Amino acid sequence: MQDLSLNILDIAENSVRAKATLIEVEVFEDTDDDVLFFSVRDNGCGMDEEMLKKVTDPFTTTRTTRRVGLGIPLLKAAAEAAGGGVEISSMLNAGTFIKATFSYSNIDRQPLGDVGQTMSALICMNPDIDFCYKHTYDGAVFELDTRRLREILGAVSFGVPAVAQWISEYIEEGINNIYGGAE
Amino acid sequence: MAVKSLAELEAIKNKVMNEVNLRTEREDGTRIVVGMATCGIAAGARPVMAAFVEEVAKRQLNNVIVQQTGCIGICRLEPIVEVYAPGKEKVTYVKMTPDKAARIVAEHIVNGQVVNEFTIGASEK
Repeated sequence: MQDLSLNILDIAENSVRAKATLIEVEVFEDTDDDVLFFSVRDNGCGMDEEMLKKVTDPFTTTRTTRRVGLGIPLLKAAAEAAGGGVEISSMLNAGTFIKATFSYSNIDRQPLGDVGQTMSALICMNPDIDFCYKHTYDGAVFELDTRRLREILGAVSFGVPAVAQWISEYIEEGINNIYGGAE
Repeated sequence: MAVKSLAELEAIKNKVMNEVNLRTEREDGTRIVVGMATCGIAAGARPVMAAFVEEVAKRQLNNVIVQQTGCIGICRLEPIVEVYAPGKEKVTYVKMTPDKAARIVAEHIVNGQVVNEFTIGASEK
């Protein structure tokens, strides 16, 4: 994975495969406190304790189930290389929460990448799932709740290309704004 | 805060609704399916998917949808994209890029000419 936004996409895809109906993604950046974290919370099928113990081990997990694979081990390596770590909690039939923390200024921290494109890909490729996105950069916040957009769209799917394109531009603009404006 | 307004989204919705009402054979659209498992994402599937959405939206191809799937099983050829057009055999494109996506929309989706050089058949020769 070249950047953190691809890790976020990959981790959130686990939630999709866990049959979540609501997936909450948060990205938090604070340059003063030198912290960057992101988290993914879902209400999908969750994991039992045994699975949870094995989930960061690429060799155990790939053979036990196809739901996890290499994604979490790759993320764990990326976080630990950058002065951070990964925490995961999960309950069977209730959902999973995963949070990856990084030291913002660590030279080995991967760039965040295009997290807007990650969110629009998730929303438009999974039109039946609701997503909440919250992105904070040094106190400035961008929030999106697809349930709000769904009220406007009615029966029209997020998968319709014209809608998908609007969502992608809307998110891009929202994120640009928290970084201090137009680019 | 955002300059783009939700009213704009509503306008898009109304336009789409009108078109759907005019069209009787909604099920007969073309599906563009992008592999988005760990292998696909690591190989660059996300910008490929975004390029397809952008091209399809730009050309207002409202009977075309872009979807995702899991691992297609040939990870070394990712990003992989499958095109399902009604009444035609599935076409599998491999080692995709956003530039290739633009060409596939223009030549294959719009004009019905499969871009042979990007297909799995050409790649495995």
